[in-house]
Formats: sequence, C-alpha cells, structure tokens
Amino acid sequence: MNKIVIEDLSLQYSDGTESLRGVSLGIRQNAVTVLFGPAGGGKSTLLRCLNRLNDLTEVKASSGKILIDGENILDPKVDVIALRRKVGMVFARPVVLPLSIRENLTYGLELAGERRRVKLDEAVERSLRLAALYEEVKDRLDDPAIALSGGQQQRLCLARSLVLQPEVILLDEPTSGLDPISTGKVESALQELKQDYTIILVPHSIQQAARTADFAAFFLQGELIEFGEGKSLFTTPKEKRTEDYITGRFG
Amino acid sequence: MKHLLARNRHLVQRIGFTSITMMAFATVFPIVATVIYILIKGGPAISLEFLTGFPHDGMRAGGILPAIIGTVYLTLGTAVFSVPLGIAAAIYLSEYAADTPLTRTIRIAIINLAGIPSVVYGLFGLGLFVLFLNFGTSILAASLTLSIMTLPVIISTAEESLRAVPQAFRTVSISLGATRWQTIQRIVLKEALPGILTGVILGLERAAGETAPILFTGAAFFLPRLPGSPFDATMALPYHLFVISTQVPEMPIKIQYGTALVLLVFVLTMNLIATIIRSRARAKRQW
Ligand SMILES: Nc1ncnc2c1ncn2[C@@H]1O[C@H](COP(=O)(O)OP(=O)(O)OP(=O)(O)O)[C@@H](O)[C@H]1O
Ligand SMILES: [Mg+2]
Repeated sequence: MNKIVIEDLSLQYSDGTESLRGVSLGIRQNAVTVLFGPAGGGKSTLLRCLNRLNDLTEVKASSGKILIDGENILDPKVDVIALRRKVGMVFARPVVLPLSIRENLTYGLELAGERRRVKLDEAVERSLRLAALYEEVKDRLDDPAIALSGGQQQRLCLARSLVLQPEVILLDEPTSGLDPISTGKVESALQELKQDYTIILVPHSIQQAARTADFAAFFLQGELIEFGEGKSLFTTPKEKRTEDYITGRFG
Repeated sequence: MKHLLARNRHLVQRIGFTSITMMAFATVFPIVATVIYILIKGGPAISLEFLTGFPHDGMRAGGILPAIIGTVYLTLGTAVFSVPLGIAAAIYLSEYAADTPLTRTIRIAIINLAGIPSVVYGLFGLGLFVLFLNFGTSILAASLTLSIMTLPVIISTAEESLRAVPQAFRTVSISLGATRWQTIQRIVLKEALPGILTGVILGLERAAGETAPILFTGAAFFLPRLPGSPFDATMALPYHLFVISTQVPEMPIKIQYGTALVLLVFVLTMNLIATIIRSRARAKRQW
C-alpha cells in the first residue's frame, strides 16, 4: 500500500536553484524508503516538503502534488500543524531543545493539548524504549538534555518525533555524527519501527542505504533517476548513473 | 643576527602588551576615581534623615526623599511603557518582519533614534505629551518622554538577543507541531530573556539618570509633598542635583555630593543587577 504518492513535484528556491524537477514517487507503508545520491541532489528538500517545513524557507515556485492518505498536503488549506504531528522529522544534527530530557519529549504533546501527567509519563517511556534510549536515561529524565552524548541526543530526537505517534517518520542523515555503535542502535530501532510506521530515510552512506532500504530512490541534481526495491537496486541497478554512483565512480 | 631579531620581536611584544594594559587602566581610572571621590565627599551626608526626610531651609538642609521617590516613579513609569512596547517591537522585527526596504528603514530609524541628544527628546515630549495631549508637567508626560528615549536601546538589544537564539530551535519546535507564536513563547523568549533583561535595565538606568528629558515634562524644582497621581509633577534625583548645584546659593557642598552619591548608587545597582543576570545566564546557557 502506498502511504505517500508524490506527483510531478518541482521546487525552486528564491535564489533560483531548481532543487526538485518533476519528481514522481510512491512510498510504501510500513517500509523503509531510502533517498540517496550526491550532495545537493534535493533529498533534504524533498523531506522538508513532506511536512511542509519548507514553508519556513524562501521558495520561489513549486508545483505538483504530494498525497498522503489521498490528501494533497501542498494544498494551502491543509492544517499544517496537524500534518506535522502526523509526519515526524529527525534532523541530521541532533538539536535538543534547551529543556530537560522529559520536557523535550513532552513538548509536542503538551502543545497538542495533553495535560494529564500519567499520559505524558507513559508517552515518555514508550518513545524512549522505541528509540532504545530508555535504560540509559530513565534515572535522569529531569536533567538538561544537552548533557547527553551526541548519540544519545540523536536517539532523544528520534524519541521526540515518536512521542506524537506520527504515521510517517522523516530522517535526514540521522546518524551522520554518530559512532558505529550508536548508528547500529538507531538502525535497528528503525527496523523495529517500520512495523508501525512509514519511514523515509536519507542515509549518510551508501552502505547504510544498502543495509536499511526496503525501497530506494536515487536522486541526482533534483531529479529522481531510479527507484526500486533496495535489494535489486543496489545489486543490479538499471541506470548507468546509479551504477556509477553506487560503485563509487562519482559523488 | 637571527638571534637578535628574535629578541627584538620579544621586546616589541612586551611593549605592545604593556601599552595595551596601560590603556585599559587609563579608561577605567576616571570612572573609579569619580566613584571614590563622590564616595568620600558624599558619604558623610548619608544618614537616615537624609534618605527619608524632606528638604527644608530652601533645600539647604534636610533630606532628599521626594527626589528619590520621584526617580523611582519615573523609572517604573518608563518601564511600564517602554518594556512591553520595546519587546513587542523586537519580536516583530526579529521573528515576523521580512527583510524589506520598509523594515530596513525601521531598523535604521531605531539606530538613529539612539543617537538623538536627550534634550531634543525633552522638547519633543513637551510638545507632544505636555501640551498637545495636555498631560501637563507630570510623571506621565515625563515617563512617556523617557520611554521614547529608552525604546531604541531596548528594541535593539532585545532584537539582538532574539536573533542570537539558534535558528535550529525554531525549526525543531515548528516540526513538532508548534505555531510560530508558541515557539517564540516557549523557546525563543525564554532563551533570549537574560539578554533582553540586560538591555531593559541598561535602558532604564539611562532614563533614571537623565535630566534633560524631564526638565520640561515632569520635573519640579521643589515640592513639599510626594506626588499623589501620575498627573502630578515630581522631584527627581538628577534634576534635584542640577538645581542644588546651580540654582541655590550657599548650598552646602556635602548635600550636593550626598545627592550625587545616592543617584550613583541607584544607577550602579541597576548596572550590577544587569551584570549578574548576564553572567548567570552565560554560565547556564545550553548552546
Ligand atoms: N534554503 C535554501 N535556499 C536556497 N537554496 C537551497 C536551500 N536549501 C537547499 N538549497 C539548494 O537546493 C539544492 C538541493 O539541496 P538539498 O539540501 O535538498 O540537497 P541534499 O540532497 O539534501 O544534499 P546533501 O546530501 O548535501 O544534504 C542545493 O543546490 C542547495 O544548494
Ligand atoms: Mg541534505
């Protein structure tokens, strides 16, 4: 089942950069879809379209559709707050809010109107367990989040996006600053999470792409070059340019 | 030869350091000297009666209570108008206004406002608040005048503190379903608060010490009682100091320095509070 359908999406930033050109793509529910390709390919731009975070940047022109559960989320009438609760995001650099560990997690829920202490505590524990962080922080939930290590902060950011029980999770190079052990923890958390969520991941390496992808999309300078199942795309790519990139001939 | 050069360089560096250190002392020296001088000359005047009594014998004896209270009123009055307005303006400029010719003009205007001589503000206040709006010579008119003078300081320091809050916090907050305003309230303002407070205090401190803006708008030469409403004129420390230093013949020097000392302590205390807030915040900062 396709959770998200992207139809002929193009986007141009106000400085003239054409970051996406006619991208069409279906994203499967309960799977990890990987967007990969060289720098500047438009991967982050696409992610930021999916939760309308590009509303904050200066976009000159955009066209096309993004249907999530059949609803075009690029429609100006869409409730973006509700959209962002449904489509969670984890950024490349872990940005913890200048609050305690607990407050980082309850932030989104409280904004959504949840006041009940029991519910909040439950959500904190559940999301920390999902992000494989619970055991490490359970005794110091009220410490400042900034005191955590980089790897822990990134898992806190993952947990924070899970608290709201989104349906889709966007991850933009979530392990780029992490050591192999932390990276492994995040990757295995993702494999667990895909049972319940639709996951779109921009990996920080081709190896990670190959390890995690159920489906993979190769982006080059704003264009979708090739899309397919991870297994076949990384072993027998159809496009020459995909093959060159995967085998390290450029990028 | 090489050896000589190296030694030479060493010497040059020593001379450089020494002269920089001396210059630093040279800037601090007048301030310290002034404070000590006023402390020595004014200290003996300070007594309970001086701080809590009314002036008498043509202000040549007694205390300066009405001037102290007046300065407190004027400072609070200034805060009432300038703090909310200044912070609101800063939030608008930093968080909402796009970078257009209009907002650029506003910014330049604010910067230039800070450079206008205070007596000009005084005349402006006289024209607008005292005469046109008919507030009369009053605490209200003087506070409004001081507010206008203080606003640029508050706006520009507050805007700077807001801008210093990392953009990533805003992005993350928005991505978690916050509105812009919720993001400002819960994250941005909280992080910028120490900086904003510092600016507020420095602005108010300047207002507390000014004579020219209140000269025509609210300051009284002498009042036998404390002001009873915002529409009354008031005595104030800086103006009182000016009066007893220039307008009253045979004024005891001790009282003049005593008044100066009280004003100085008032202003320096505010400064100290600002410094404490700033250094505490810096130690606690999480980014
Ligand atoms: N806010 C912006 N304003 C203007 N141009 C932008 C902006 N963000 C990205 N771009 C441009 O859009 C293009 C695509 O950028 P994007 O960040 O989506 O690439 P990416 O595939 O995520 O690259 P990377 O692997 O380096 O993260 C680049 O040419 C970039 O310079
Ligand atoms: Mg990117």
